Amino acid sequence: MAGTATIGSTRRSVSLLERLENSRLGLGLLFLLPAAVLLLVFLTYPLGLGVWLGFTDERIGRPGIYIGLENYGFLWHDSVFWLSVFNTVLYTTVASVLKFGLGLWLALLLNERLPFKAFFRAIVLLPWVVPTVLSAIAFWWIYDAQFSILSYVLQKIGLITGPINFLGDPTNARASVIAANVWRGIPFVAITLLAGLQTISPSLYEAATLDGATSWQRFRFVTFPLLTPIIAIVMTFSVLFTFTDFQLIYVLTRGGPVNATHLMATLSFQRGISGGNLGEGAAIAVAMIPFLLAAILFSYFGLQRRRWQQGGRD
Amino acid sequence: MGFTRRDLLKTTAGASAGLMAPSLLTQRARAQDLSFKPEEGASLRLLRWSPFVKGDEEQWLANTKKFTEATGVEVRVDKESWEDIRPKAAVAANVGSGPDLMFVWFDDPHQYPDKLLDVSDLANYLGGKYGGWYDGPKSYATRDGQFVGLPLATIGNAIVYRDSWVKEAGFSEFPKTTDKFLELCQALQKSGHPVGFTHGHGVGDGNNYAHWLLWSHGGKMVDEKGTVTINSPETQKAIEYAMELYKTFIPGTEGWLDVNNNRAFLAGELSVIANGISAYYSAKNDPKLAEIAKDIRTTNLPVGPVGKPVELYQVTSAVIFKYTKYPNAAKAYLQFMFEEAQMSEWITKSSGYCCQTLKAFASNPVWTADPANAPYAKASETLRPNGYAGPLGYASAAVMADYVLVDMFAEAVTGQQTPQAAMERAEKRANRYYRV
Repeated sequence: MAGTATIGSTRRSVSLLERLENSRLGLGLLFLLPAAVLLLVFLTYPLGLGVWLGFTDERIGRPGIYIGLENYGFLWHDSVFWLSVFNTVLYTTVASVLKFGLGLWLALLLNERLPFKAFFRAIVLLPWVVPTVLSAIAFWWIYDAQFSILSYVLQKIGLITGPINFLGDPTNARASVIAANVWRGIPFVAITLLAGLQTISPSLYEAATLDGATSWQRFRFVTFPLLTPIIAIVMTFSVLFTFTDFQLIYVLTRGGPVNATHLMATLSFQRGISGGNLGEGAAIAVAMIPFLLAAILFSYFGLQRRRWQQGGRD
Repeated sequence: MGFTRRDLLKTTAGASAGLMAPSLLTQRARAQDLSFKPEEGASLRLLRWSPFVKGDEEQWLANTKKFTEATGVEVRVDKESWEDIRPKAAVAANVGSGPDLMFVWFDDPHQYPDKLLDVSDLANYLGGKYGGWYDGPKSYATRDGQFVGLPLATIGNAIVYRDSWVKEAGFSEFPKTTDKFLELCQALQKSGHPVGFTHGHGVGDGNNYAHWLLWSHGGKMVDEKGTVTINSPETQKAIEYAMELYKTFIPGTEGWLDVNNNRAFLAGELSVIANGISAYYSAKNDPKLAEIAKDIRTTNLPVGPVGKPVELYQVTSAVIFKYTKYPNAAKAYLQFMFEEAQMSEWITKSSGYCCQTLKAFASNPVWTADPANAPYAKASETLRPNGYAGPLGYASAAVMADYVLVDMFAEAVTGQQTPQAAMERAEKRANRYYRV
């Protein structure tokens, strides 16, 4: 009949489409395509290009040729590069530990029954909301060698006689930039951990209390294990953000005094863009990848072990 | 009217030269006439550094408007913070699209000379008409005898000091030699009005100070062939001098960026700084700082053992990218802006911030309008190119961008390294760039 005839004729012309519709693999690939293209164009290609540039002597305005590991060889013998590696590791470690400790503490406080709870939670987010460059400029004034508000107040109280050399002395400068980074990074850790805390069922605490657990035991054996998955995620991100920090250093010290606060990211910019040596700048950026991978692997395999999370031992 | 754009350009040039009747300008003007006919429907985009003094920008825009009225060519003038110019220009050159013209800094034209339009015809015409280009700015804009840009201006740097405090310290006039200068700084420290020069990563001030220290004592980064010669007895002398001077500084100078010295000076914390004229003008234009402004004097940096003033300064050139669709319009624009009528007015309105690159403009009234302007008048004349005495290019630019010299002095004065070790480290770092 007419109906069958139509079906018969369309079957031949759309058979490919139809076969695709019925094939789970084909459809799967089709639906993956947009995401795959996005990833390839915006992530894989730039990353690949960056890695490739690290193996060339490309300069701005002049295409480079392949030079193998020469950039890395030069960096290996470059004291400023190693200083920046040291600074970056120090900066990331100290800032991340502080951000985690203070952030967790803040999250626990905010999880208690507080008056004006919503207000406090909103306030805590402020440092995260302010654009980094603006908060960096504010810190720049706070740390100014002559006009620091901190020095001024301490001098008025009579605790110190001269202004503190915040950004001039290597140790002070490192501590100052870390403090600014911690100030900015705490809200992210605190708010995310707070969200994690609220997913923990109150009945677990009730059961623990009935069993006679102290508040430390409740934290150690209930809160902490249940929070580790989110801690792993938060700290991975926090470490990545800290490790690749740029704006804060660029505004506050531009890597000074005498490169004491140069991070790998700022050195990469200084050599690659200001200095015009794209190849070497890229090599420094690529040298950051092993550290970042290590941080990610640590959090995945270290902090996300199930049995450990459930309070047992491996 | 049967008036073409070409005629108009010629007449404006002629008329402006005519205004300076008794000068040497008129004699040559007619013989070396040159004009470019803008392409049909041309429009231009210029990217410049954000001005430090308002008058500079206002006059440049006013002159641009005159150009548009005369030729019908629209020119859009964008600005960027001066430190962002270098990467922007490099990317534009690399990618082959962006503004048609740009004001760039230092060795930039030497980093991608093949991407820049050869403007030798225009430069030779302007040089012939206006008494020639100063050697320093010219070297930044020429490559193998060809002009790849027009030297636009030198941003002078000079000592800015508080006259009453210097007198109080027992000096009737400001010292002219480095030895006497050290004595003054020591006296000022004793009287509670310390000095301060930037040892931090301040692009302008940090480099100006470090290069003055090195060059005034006869040290140099490289020789004529580009071999690194920073490790020398002269450099050692320079470092030792810097260490003595540093002892008289206000604390914190090793962490300073470009604005710290102005800020502390205007707050009355410092007696002597080295800076562009902007430090003086911000005091002069602020009623609250009238007292300080009256006390401010300027002078050139002291002369060291080499016996003549040598300084780095900040040098800017105007370049046209080869990729522009309207090379003739761009050349016509630059020609118009460099002609007497426009250039004179621009230098005047820049209040001494932009020093002329063409010798004929040295008689500009701005240099005598305020005694404080005078030290900035010779910036183009006494400047020594970056990476002296070697060739300009990638290596000289990279060494400066990596703060090799600034760090060398900072390492030594803060006691992190001995002078010898600081020199050796600088030598090693410089060699990484000059290896090619």
